[in-house]
Amino acid sequence: MKIKKNIALSDTGFVFDPSTGNSFSANPIGMEIIRQIREGKTQEQIAEHILKTYQTDAGTFEKDYHDFLNMLNRFRLTENIQ
Amino acid sequence: MKKLQYERPVIQKLNTGLTNKFGTRTESDPVTHIDDLAVEKLIAQFGSPLFVLSEQTIRSAFRDASRAFKNRYPKVQFAWSYKTNYISAVCNVFHQEGSWAEVVSGFEYEKALANGVPGNKIIFNGPDKSENDLKQAITNDSLIHIDHMDELYMLKDIAAAANKKPRVAIRVNMDTGIFPAWDRFGFNYENGEAMEAVSKICNDTQLSLVGLHCHIGTFMMSTSAYGIAAKKLSEFALNIRKKFNRNIEYIDMGGGFASKNTLKGSFLPGTDASPTFDQYAEAICESLLNAGFTQENLPLLILETGRALVDEAGYLLGSVISNKRLSDGRRATIMDFGVNILFTSFWYDHKISPAQSFGSHHEDTVLYGPLCMNIDMLRENIPFPPLKKNDKVVVHTVGAYNMTQWMQFISMRPAVVMIGTDGKVNLIRRRETIQSIQHEEEMPLYLKNFKL
Amino acid sequence: MSKPKLHIAVTGLNAIDSPGPGIAVIRALKESLLFDARIIGLCYESLEPGIYMHELVDRTYKLPPPAAGKDALLKRLEQIHSEERIDVIIPNFDAELFSFIQLADQLKTAMNIHTFLPTTEQFEARHKVNLADYGKKHGILVPESKVIFTLHELYQAQDVFNYPFVVKGKFYDASIVYNREQATAAFHKISAKWGLPIILQEFISGEEVNVTAIGDGKGNTIGAVPMKKQYITDKGKAWAGISIDDNKLLDMTHTLIQSTKWRGGMELEIVKTEEDEYYLLEINPRFPAWVYLAVGCGQNHPEALVRLAMGEEVETWSAYAIGKLFIRYSYDMIVNLDEFEKICTLGKL
Repeated sequence: MKIKKNIALSDTGFVFDPSTGNSFSANPIGMEIIRQIREGKTQEQIAEHILKTYQTDAGTFEKDYHDFLNMLNRFRLTENIQ
Repeated sequence: MKKLQYERPVIQKLNTGLTNKFGTRTESDPVTHIDDLAVEKLIAQFGSPLFVLSEQTIRSAFRDASRAFKNRYPKVQFAWSYKTNYISAVCNVFHQEGSWAEVVSGFEYEKALANGVPGNKIIFNGPDKSENDLKQAITNDSLIHIDHMDELYMLKDIAAAANKKPRVAIRVNMDTGIFPAWDRFGFNYENGEAMEAVSKICNDTQLSLVGLHCHIGTFMMSTSAYGIAAKKLSEFALNIRKKFNRNIEYIDMGGGFASKNTLKGSFLPGTDASPTFDQYAEAICESLLNAGFTQENLPLLILETGRALVDEAGYLLGSVISNKRLSDGRRATIMDFGVNILFTSFWYDHKISPAQSFGSHHEDTVLYGPLCMNIDMLRENIPFPPLKKNDKVVVHTVGAYNMTQWMQFISMRPAVVMIGTDGKVNLIRRRETIQSIQHEEEMPLYLKNFKL
Repeated sequence: MSKPKLHIAVTGLNAIDSPGPGIAVIRALKESLLFDARIIGLCYESLEPGIYMHELVDRTYKLPPPAAGKDALLKRLEQIHSEERIDVIIPNFDAELFSFIQLADQLKTAMNIHTFLPTTEQFEARHKVNLADYGKKHGILVPESKVIFTLHELYQAQDVFNYPFVVKGKFYDASIVYNREQATAAFHKISAKWGLPIILQEFISGEEVNVTAIGDGKGNTIGAVPMKKQYITDKGKAWAGISIDDNKLLDMTHTLIQSTKWRGGMELEIVKTEEDEYYLLEINPRFPAWVYLAVGCGQNHPEALVRLAMGEEVETWSAYAIGKLFIRYSYDMIVNLDEFEKICTLGKL
């Protein structure tokens, strides 16, 4: 899973896709995950970070993470991986 | 280091459509307590889902309504509409406030008697009163509101046989300028049917006509319709006096006042759109006072207001069972309560609040109940914060009709508690168990055994 | 002498093809010789053009959508007021007016924010649903109409109204229908968008004329300018119009304002038949999007409204320039993404 390179992220939670002109808004945890995916972190590394920082459990986060990735795919913010 | 509060990651496409003047409502402000009691604790103690009633809210709604009418009119009597919520503890709060009982079936009648309401303070309405119901009502000197001719004749016969002269009123329907006009109950005013019924009563010594009753509709947003109804009933009462020299002792305006709920399809929320008690009272009392009654013949004004008095006092607490993503990308959340116990979600967009705090992000969400039925939809589209399994929600304004129209379907009905004015919580209806249902069933012997 | 500075909040910044009146009102206020207006734009959507018209709008804040109700609106206005100090608010959408009218007293006493709005009674009585009674009461011709809730009632009404007739929504939208199929389609389309009831109205053929006016709440017409549409868009909006000399129209306006003691801005939509009869189609309880034509004709109605809101005595106008045209044009602004981002995420710009 890769986030498109040219996606613009701002501190206000605003996400802009210059290739489609679509804009999105994400909550702070959503932004954190997008940034980490972009930095090339694996799901395990991201989960470890989130579980260390926030009050949640591995099962909950795994469900939410996959749902979030599905939304990123649906919005075409990700790059196709062959 | 203390860990931060977790919230499900959310991303949403920004709506860049053209100006949409018809927006959505946001309801994400959390409601963590009801009358100072924590939602979490109430659920921990009594289970989820759970109906909660606030005694304080009931009493203050009643006092507000009572003040609005009594400040404008000298003789006012409320009668609690049992069908709106007949859990006995709720009825008795109204009886303690001075309400009579208004019932529409033998069952409700028995309930009112069992609650300790004197027979002569029970108003018996409705199209379905059995011979036994009427006998009992006559014996107890209750006020019988006649709905149709068949009932009128049956009542005459029963009264004659019992050698009693029951006090009766007739239910009148009329055109009050609203659509649709309710013309299926009672006798029509405009076509002379009501006067015909009155003359049948007055020309007979067996029944004593003491009142006139109407009930023009339900969830009435128009106060002027009440003004028209009160005016027509007053004219009718004065005509009856002229024609039969009979004094109409009371005019019963029925119920139908809107609560603060939001009807589906309504543009503004009910809190803004529904009239206040003062506005209803102004329309009704002005008509009565200007109708031409002499001071001593001014009829007693009876009100059978149900919904507007109890709706806001009721809450339904529930929990999230699961979150889903629908095929079109919309978020769906499944709650542990459905249309089986929240019957009113068929016609209201109930306000639903999360019971814990969240950040400012929310997602358009479809709220479903837990039933295995496609109709089990609580809200078609509600901007909701990212709830997770076991998070709690508070459904507002559910005090009217849900605790009477609920169904035992697929699962058992939940417990009902009342938070007293002293801040203590009382169980007023136990959560049903399998015994509550099985108790009424019988198994034929030959069906007892089987082999699988 | 320097002009006093007033902070005026204005809604209806959607200067699009079916425009809100906000930008026209703001232009009028900016041209006032009596006060210096700082304009606080109030918007509902991130793409309302007025948000980005910085030469007219000094700062813009997002409001909760009108359907959220008055409590949500009050909360947001308190927030904005704490950052901006608002002296006067001029709401310009039909759908939001009810909430603003309900809040008017609270705004004045709690925050010293002035408004000059119709009363609840005036607002309700002129509603499309009640227009027929209104006409009777004030001696004005109004097309026959019927309020309906179901398709069944629509089909029943076919016998009363001859085709074509008009199917109207509670707040916005109207279609002229020529047969049962079109009537059914219009009923579904409009009720899906604006809810019930639907209003059926007799179709009166003739020329449509409009009046923008302002009443002082005591029965006086402060100003009134009649206009004939010259060019109409496919959405039924005037793209160009001309001020006309029509005393009958003005008399009708005076009568209406006199008998209702109308308070605030208004637009009358009227049809003039071949027989020279004037039928009132609609009263909009706010300025129209073309209100700037009144300024061009010598009557600055928005300025007068602000002065009335501030409690000043305002003299009435009797004259206006006849034969002045307004011609609307569209214009593409160039906006940087960061501005759009701010209004989207922070709700202010």
